[in-house]
Amino acid sequence: MIPFNEIIQVVIFIIGLIIVAPLFGGYIAKLLSGKKNILTPVFGRVESFIYKSAGVNPFEEMDWKRYTFSILIFSLLGIITLTVIQLIQSTLPLNPQRLSNVELSLAINTAVSFVTNTNWQSYAGETTLSYFVQMIGLTVQNFVSAATGITVLLALTRGLVVRKGNSLGNFWVDLVRSTLYLLMPLSVIFAIVLVSQGVVQSFSSYTEITTLEGYKQIIPMGPAASQIAIKQLGTNGGGFFNTNSAFPFENPTPLSNFLQMFSILLIPASLVFTYGKLIGSKKQAWIIFFVMMFVFVLGLLVSAYSEYSNNAVFQTSGLMEGKETRFGILNSVIWSTATTAASNGSVNAMHSSLSPLTGLVAMFNIQLGEIIFGGVGSGLYGMLLFILITVFISGLMIGRTPEYLGKKIDAFEIKWAIVAILLPNTVILLFSAFALKTNAGLSSLANNGPHGFSEILYAFSSAAGNNGSAFAGLNTNTVFFNLMMALGMLIGRFGVIIPCLAIAGNLVKKNITPTSKGTLQTDNFLFAFLLLGVIFIVGALTFFPALSLGPLLEHLLMNSGITF
Amino acid sequence: MKKNIIVSLKIFLIMALLVGIIYPLFIYGISQLIFPNQAEGSIIKVGGKIIGSKLIGQKFNSDKYFWSRPSAIDYNPNPSGASNLSPTSAKLKQLYEERKGIFTRSNFIQKTKMIPNEMLFASGSGVDPHISPQSAFLQVNRISNSRMFNKTQKEELIKLITAFIEKPQIGFLGEYRINVLMLNLELDKIK
Repeated sequence: MIPFNEIIQVVIFIIGLIIVAPLFGGYIAKLLSGKKNILTPVFGRVESFIYKSAGVNPFEEMDWKRYTFSILIFSLLGIITLTVIQLIQSTLPLNPQRLSNVELSLAINTAVSFVTNTNWQSYAGETTLSYFVQMIGLTVQNFVSAATGITVLLALTRGLVVRKGNSLGNFWVDLVRSTLYLLMPLSVIFAIVLVSQGVVQSFSSYTEITTLEGYKQIIPMGPAASQIAIKQLGTNGGGFFNTNSAFPFENPTPLSNFLQMFSILLIPASLVFTYGKLIGSKKQAWIIFFVMMFVFVLGLLVSAYSEYSNNAVFQTSGLMEGKETRFGILNSVIWSTATTAASNGSVNAMHSSLSPLTGLVAMFNIQLGEIIFGGVGSGLYGMLLFILITVFISGLMIGRTPEYLGKKIDAFEIKWAIVAILLPNTVILLFSAFALKTNAGLSSLANNGPHGFSEILYAFSSAAGNNGSAFAGLNTNTVFFNLMMALGMLIGRFGVIIPCLAIAGNLVKKNITPTSKGTLQTDNFLFAFLLLGVIFIVGALTFFPALSLGPLLEHLLMNSGITF
Repeated sequence: MKKNIIVSLKIFLIMALLVGIIYPLFIYGISQLIFPNQAEGSIIKVGGKIIGSKLIGQKFNSDKYFWSRPSAIDYNPNPSGASNLSPTSAKLKQLYEERKGIFTRSNFIQKTKMIPNEMLFASGSGVDPHISPQSAFLQVNRISNSRMFNKTQKEELIKLITAFIEKPQIGFLGEYRINVLMLNLELDKIK
């Protein structure tokens, strides 16, 4: 039985999202378009100063190849610098704990992870990374990787709305505006609210104290609030501390918890309506939002039901292993569903200790391709690929040329959409299979039985989906996992971005045909359910066999009271 | 292409300056100004000596104090950590039975069903500062016995627990809970 005050939290969370997302989404469209807005007096000059000093002509237009090239070179640069500063952190300032240089494979893993907006934690923040690396390395990538996601979405949108054009916009302008007008101001406000609740923002060294009963305890410190704000808003998810948002200094109160959960979905949900505004159809946006919300609520219901059900092994329900008292069961479950639906990956409870079906929902959310709200920008551009596929399949069924928003969808778009959808899935299944066949993979396991299998499957799902959450018993700080996961994250990120921009580059050249009676409508519930069908068929067909060997099997065995 | 690389480098440096240095320093400045205590870890001092942080739970082993939850890192967050044991883990089952036995015996509990789950399972952070009110009330007999409290002192203790119950924030967020360290600090004052 779920207590009443817990149900209220869910209801307010969902209704809040339904109210805020459309309003904020419309406003984001204004912020990113370069039109005069509330922040122009503050940041207008900064913006032009940035273009001037970087040598960017903001009116220069880029075709899809230049746009893609700019993203790739910018990301590569991010990976290299972030790797290097980790390798030499002991010689850099802001290292009061005198932490030693990071080992190479771990440095590469962490760098790739933050640049691809994954934020997998093979590192333990408080004992691995200096304040310098956390700020100038990680915080910066928290911002620009999220902003990059938005730029790809904007480029793809332009591909859909521009008639017989060539340009997808200017990457640098999109990047600077997303950061300056959207991510940074929100983070400033959010970070200060977080500090008010008890999140630390300090440059002091760790304090070693003697507790009331006389034990030694080390209290870690750091400039955490500024990073945690963008960690949530930018669907990054990498913790300042090892246990992420379960750690009291990262998430001290129920209020900070609620706001962090809300900010996980805030921008991805709002961007749906930004998109609606840019294509000039609110109705299309509501249909996409409905599809996302539908899958999210479904996942949440299964998770909550499973978590409150009796565990035959322990003869009790609502296991508190890996959960915090101040959040309780339901807040842990809303979080685990939200953080995996969005490609955030922060946690406030340990996913490995959740009940098997709750873990399954988390994993399946990621495996659907991180499109249920998904990452900032990346969730929606991933969803648009599924929309193209759905339009194509429905077109075949009714014998019409497939069209989306008046643009004809040809073999070119479909081929690339299929590539983008299948690449991450291939990584998940092949890499997991490979890890399971090698000693290097199996020796990292913490749990036996089907849960051990789940640990590995979850890890590669998280990498390829650029999520970053984990069944954290698995020790992934080994050369094998660090490098395999880094490769998986790269494929999961750029294996989707490049096809998206190629599609955008092809679409932008096409004319827009006016809608006629025979046009397949994409803004009604019939289409919503077709889309849901496609998403579930692709996800279920690909992953059902694997999931049945892991969480499903564990669920059945648990119900028989079997332990490992 | 070369031009593109140079622009990329410059934008990167500007971003690093803006969101890597100016932004965190700005937050640092504001928080030191308005919330200096929170920004520095909500430290508690007793008689000028740092005794811990209000937000970081501590290990309590003796019968004289309220116990915190089980922890996978023994309450030393360097780094923080959880067990990550699965709900079908034999090891977790064993730990669970042991903890149940110890808690039942030490607190003279008749029905083990009464023990809230958080007292038998380790937390996510390893330093959960809270327990549920019920877990605190269950420890009253043990603490009173070990401190040799008389009837009035025991009543005072129960009142103290009630006073330390934190309600859900703004009426509906989170759970009823008690900060163990804060409660234990007050407990020492019962004379």
